[in-house]
Amino acid sequence: MATTLSAKALTRRATSAPPELRRKPRPLEVLIQAFFFACGAVSILTTIGIVYVLGSEAWLFFRSPEVDLVEFFTTTSWVPAVGQFGIWSLVNATMMTTTFAMIVALPLGLASAIYLSEYASPGVRNVLKPVLEILAGIPTVVYGYFALTFMTPLLRAILGRDVVEIYNTASAGLVMGILILPLVSSMSEDALSAVPRSLREAAYALGATRLETAVRIVVPAALSGITAAFILAVSRAVGETMIVAIAAGAGPAFTFNPFKAAETMTGHIVRISGGDLSYDSIDYDSIFAIGLLLFLMTLALNLISRAIMRRFREVYE
Amino acid sequence: MIRLNFELPSLTLGKSAALDASNPSAEEDSYALEVRNLSVYYDSFRAVKDINLKLPKRKITAFIGPSGCGKSTLLRTFNRMNDLIPGVRVEGEVLFNGYNLYAPGVDAVEVRRRIGMVFQKPNPFPKSIYENIAWGARINGYRGNMDELVEQTLRQAALWDEVKDKLHQSGLSLSGGQQQRLCIARAIAIKPEIILMDEPASALDPISTLKIEELMRQLAEKYTIVVVTHNMQQAARISDYTAFLMMDEDRAGYLVEYGTTAQIFTNPREKATEDYITGRFG
Repeated sequence: MATTLSAKALTRRATSAPPELRRKPRPLEVLIQAFFFACGAVSILTTIGIVYVLGSEAWLFFRSPEVDLVEFFTTTSWVPAVGQFGIWSLVNATMMTTTFAMIVALPLGLASAIYLSEYASPGVRNVLKPVLEILAGIPTVVYGYFALTFMTPLLRAILGRDVVEIYNTASAGLVMGILILPLVSSMSEDALSAVPRSLREAAYALGATRLETAVRIVVPAALSGITAAFILAVSRAVGETMIVAIAAGAGPAFTFNPFKAAETMTGHIVRISGGDLSYDSIDYDSIFAIGLLLFLMTLALNLISRAIMRRFREVYE
Repeated sequence: MIRLNFELPSLTLGKSAALDASNPSAEEDSYALEVRNLSVYYDSFRAVKDINLKLPKRKITAFIGPSGCGKSTLLRTFNRMNDLIPGVRVEGEVLFNGYNLYAPGVDAVEVRRRIGMVFQKPNPFPKSIYENIAWGARINGYRGNMDELVEQTLRQAALWDEVKDKLHQSGLSLSGGQQQRLCIARAIAIKPEIILMDEPASALDPISTLKIEELMRQLAEKYTIVVVTHNMQQAARISDYTAFLMMDEDRAGYLVEYGTTAQIFTNPREKATEDYITGRFG
């Protein structure tokens, strides 16, 4: 009898909590958790909403009898007024400005990252890093007018007024490179700084100079992080709007001449949506199609960048 | 304070007469390094003070002592690795073949090409096993047959048989002990005169440690080795000479006693040495 009782008692102890350890209701915890969840949900729902609007409006465009998907992706003339929707004139201009931006941002960004991470004394670094980041804080509209009123006249002075048009992709691209420079430099510097000290010491102990250590040991070890920075920079350049809207040109043109005006995807969207555009027209729908394509391009670049970043730590550990 | 004033059978230690650095005498030739009145500061903090030592060629000298006594700091003065740490200042002289490594105009890069180093944690480059060896040789201007050098070096480091079929795999794919032998191989590939080892086996398992120790004994036939170790048994097993360092009241490391390993471990002159090696502190 006694043994069964104690067995029952043991069972109770195993399955029920004593009063002092019993769970107490904590309404604030529940409330706070719900609040934080809602905050997180807002950005996710917004993204879903944007994708939905982009997708549905673009669907209207692609469904329209005036638009042929093959024509959209293979021709180079974008004149909505006459029903010509060849995306390549816009994509080409975007690629031109992006290329020029990368010509500026990648070498300068990487070089300044190497300087900050491998050469600069802590004092110099503490001054230079914030200064470089101020560049990223300048409004892009200022950069736009900088391109138009400084870079373009400069190019015209060097190459001749008959060579360089007032609006041109080179000028917009070069200034966009300056805008993106801090992003490349800051992310590359993070990647370089994450390379363990022990690797640098190993190189120095073999009689490597600073340059040999930086360029042949540290940069290769940080290459995945640097590549991710580069891809993110490309994605930023593709999506950048204000500078190209102001300085690159105000009309679609398919040209490989960087000194001629050409309208980028983003620039075109801004100009068309700023004009008096009737709702439900094919022009109106077309900007959503461009927007969707732009979104897919930057999404792809970001995904590639993330995939590369994920493999980051495997490189030297 | 100089606590070094005794005779050893084969060599004279202590404060010897200053020798003309530009004309090293025959006696000097048997020393790989001679440390004179060396102090190292981290900003205003003196980490190591008044060290005087003569390290014989082609022998293993071990630095032992409690944590924080400046063993590693002292070791790193021998190839000017401390130059890389901001705020470090060195006073005194380290004579290498009779020349002061801290004389103005001495290039630390050139010093490190002659005095190699192996670190506590294995730190192979994230490159192939082959490249780990070849890289140092290449930046040092090696023009011979690289395949031969890699094989010969890996054989010297007793690693060849384990890696000969996977030379183009990453050095990081090896076990910790193999990685450390790869790091030793990398150091000897550039044919240094001295190899500094900063607790080379402390991150390794006992079997890997034994392999490293065997390797060190073999390498001592050709190279001068200076090793910092926490492990007194290790110092007793592998070294020819032992220096015991300790901290004073200001936490500055100083040399308590230096002699043959046999003498330090069987017949220490200083009470502190005896206390330390018998495990009474540290």
